[in-house]
Amino acid sequence: MANSYDYDDASFDSRYARPPSSGQGGGAAAELSYDPNFVPDSVKTFVVHLYRHIREKNVYEIHQMYEGSFQRLSDRMFRENPWPSVEAIAPYVDNDHVFCLLYREMWFRHVYARLAPTGQQRVESWDNYCSLFGVVLHGVVSMQLPNQWLWDMVDEFVYQFQSYCQYRAKLKNKTEEELQLLRQYDQAWNVYGVLNYLQALVEKSAIVDILEREKDGLEQFTATDGYDYEGGTSNVLKMLGYYSMIGLLRVHCLLGDYHTGLKCLGPIDISQQGVYMIVIGSHISIIYHYGFANLMLRRYVEAIREFNKILLYILKYKQYHQKSPQYDQILKKNEQMYALLAICLSLCPQSNIIEENVNIQLRDKYNEKMTKMLRYDDEAYAVYDELFTYACPKFITPSAPVLEESLINYNQDAYRLQLKLFLYEVKQQQSLSGLRSFLKLYSAISIGKLAAYMEVDESTMRTILLAYKHKMHSVDSDGKIIPNADIDFYISEDIIHVVESKPTKHYGDYFLRQVLKFEEMISELDRVKLD
Amino acid sequence: MGREPQQVSYTVEQLVSVNPYNPDILTELENYVNEQVSSQTYSLDANLCLLRLYQFDPTRLSIAIVVRILIKALMAMPAPDFSLCLFLIPEPVQADEQIKTLIVLSHYLETARFRQFWDEAAKNHSLLEVVPGFEQAIQAYAIHVLSLSYQKVPRPVLAETINIEGLSLDKFIEYHVANSGWVLEKGTGRSQLIVLPRNEFNHPGLKKNSSDGMPFEHITRIFPVLS
Repeated sequence: MANSYDYDDASFDSRYARPPSSGQGGGAAAELSYDPNFVPDSVKTFVVHLYRHIREKNVYEIHQMYEGSFQRLSDRMFRENPWPSVEAIAPYVDNDHVFCLLYREMWFRHVYARLAPTGQQRVESWDNYCSLFGVVLHGVVSMQLPNQWLWDMVDEFVYQFQSYCQYRAKLKNKTEEELQLLRQYDQAWNVYGVLNYLQALVEKSAIVDILEREKDGLEQFTATDGYDYEGGTSNVLKMLGYYSMIGLLRVHCLLGDYHTGLKCLGPIDISQQGVYMIVIGSHISIIYHYGFANLMLRRYVEAIREFNKILLYILKYKQYHQKSPQYDQILKKNEQMYALLAICLSLCPQSNIIEENVNIQLRDKYNEKMTKMLRYDDEAYAVYDELFTYACPKFITPSAPVLEESLINYNQDAYRLQLKLFLYEVKQQQSLSGLRSFLKLYSAISIGKLAAYMEVDESTMRTILLAYKHKMHSVDSDGKIIPNADIDFYISEDIIHVVESKPTKHYGDYFLRQVLKFEEMISELDRVKLD
Repeated sequence: MGREPQQVSYTVEQLVSVNPYNPDILTELENYVNEQVSSQTYSLDANLCLLRLYQFDPTRLSIAIVVRILIKALMAMPAPDFSLCLFLIPEPVQADEQIKTLIVLSHYLETARFRQFWDEAAKNHSLLEVVPGFEQAIQAYAIHVLSLSYQKVPRPVLAETINIEGLSLDKFIEYHVANSGWVLEKGTGRSQLIVLPRNEFNHPGLKKNSSDGMPFEHITRIFPVLS
């Protein structure tokens, strides 16, 4: 079992580049110089302006401050300390309740990204999310916020939940204080709460209806990126509802429930342009989890197709995100998806389904490993193990810890189960690779002869043939049988007739997308006024 | 965050789609499993919902119910429901003897080792007989796999795959000749061949060329552009 999996908040899963000096050690020393009530002038200016922009619904300015100023100030002044406490800045923003909730959300996110949150802080962050979502769900919010911010909220919510599950599953080295905290705040980040908030956001926002009505042309949603330019009604609940569907997909994947995860994503049609593409983080998150779920459901071709599309997209557009705080996350997910693609293609080889550029990258990174995986010997399983471990989501054990008995670390249990079942599936497909290489050589061959070549008896040969057919035909959510293999066959009494399927290039799909894209560009250009 | 008891009683399916993350519905879901067993119906969503609730609160997990869910999932093959359920069952629970047996049975079915499957199933008759319709469901799966693979299947192969022989097999074949489009033929050396109905998987000519088919609603998106 690969031992590089130890989930640690401070390690590779952090979403921002960690400056070399910061880390757990910075905590003690920094605390001495950190005064939560001291508000530097730049922070004062920042909150005053942000507050004003939010009140004036100036989404563009909000976005600039959120993405730009916040990061710059964090880099300059808050590398090792948290931002000033919300109590300290509240007077500058009329003690506005909602603004304070938003500020605190950013405050905690900063702590998670650059420092290491304490147990107390984790619990307080949960409380903050409960209040924030509570306000939104009551429908009393009238502001418009940039999609990036709304996506980050949902993304961070799920991330902190995942982080907390890992945190409380590592009981061995906890201090008595920390254990007491766990006992006292046993409702913090409970899985029912998390799921129910996401579900509530989806329902209260009626986002499913909105998407349905949009298909009939009764609603403008995608066209305005979810904003309401004319009416000025709030986009917050709508977008949080939309992004919560992705949040639900993610949580279900973390639990190992791939079927329900995909179901939660149902209303979003990923074969079409959509709001999910506006924020690159949400686009990547959807496809990564969608692809992973399909991989676990043995729908290999579907997974390969989606990974191919997103990897091509990232290849083309990542240069535009180099300055963004999400850049590291984008790169990380990029690498993970190449690993998943390598796994899919080893289990279900395809020809001509991958874009040329993506293929070059893939071969660059994983050619040797893919060759190894196809051999199905001991080394192959080690490679499958390694790639799966690297690329899989951080599975969680959702149940609350039992704090009375002997304290052990069980944060890896969920991951170990998924890995074990995955490798089990790989093992079941062991003989299929050999069969495939033989089928490539013949157009027709008798079962007896093939059995001799593969050094098995005839009865086993028939078994292998049936197993190939079963494993290479997946069942989609409607119960339809989908063929996945590029090499297929049928048997007439004793003779195997090999059928090679033609690769399908979806020209129609491609043209459709291009037509719509150019139309969009043209109308944008039309809108430009030259004065 | 459960809801207040409603005046109108929800069906289980409604509960699962409307309020699934609620520990109060656990008992109802367990009853629903038993109902599925006795009335020979099946609901993957409801069963996954229950397994999730067990995951959230392992103290309420009932091995007997889990066993029933797994047997039902086996019967749903070729759908991957059995694996989907296993993903949600913690490893210590999977070490239970009954569940280990079911995993072995699933393994045989997944790798098309039908002879070994029927042998093992016979040895565990008491475990499987609690769920009516088990044998028929597996036989349906077996025929499905054969239909994917064979245009013409020799009688002995069919017999081994569905675990029926002799006169019962004759009657079985007769039934499918009358109702499912099977045809009997003479194979080489006086053996009997069963010709299975043509489909896109065992007759490459019938393979639907779905390469460039697109749903009409996608085309409607460019109507504004074209006009």
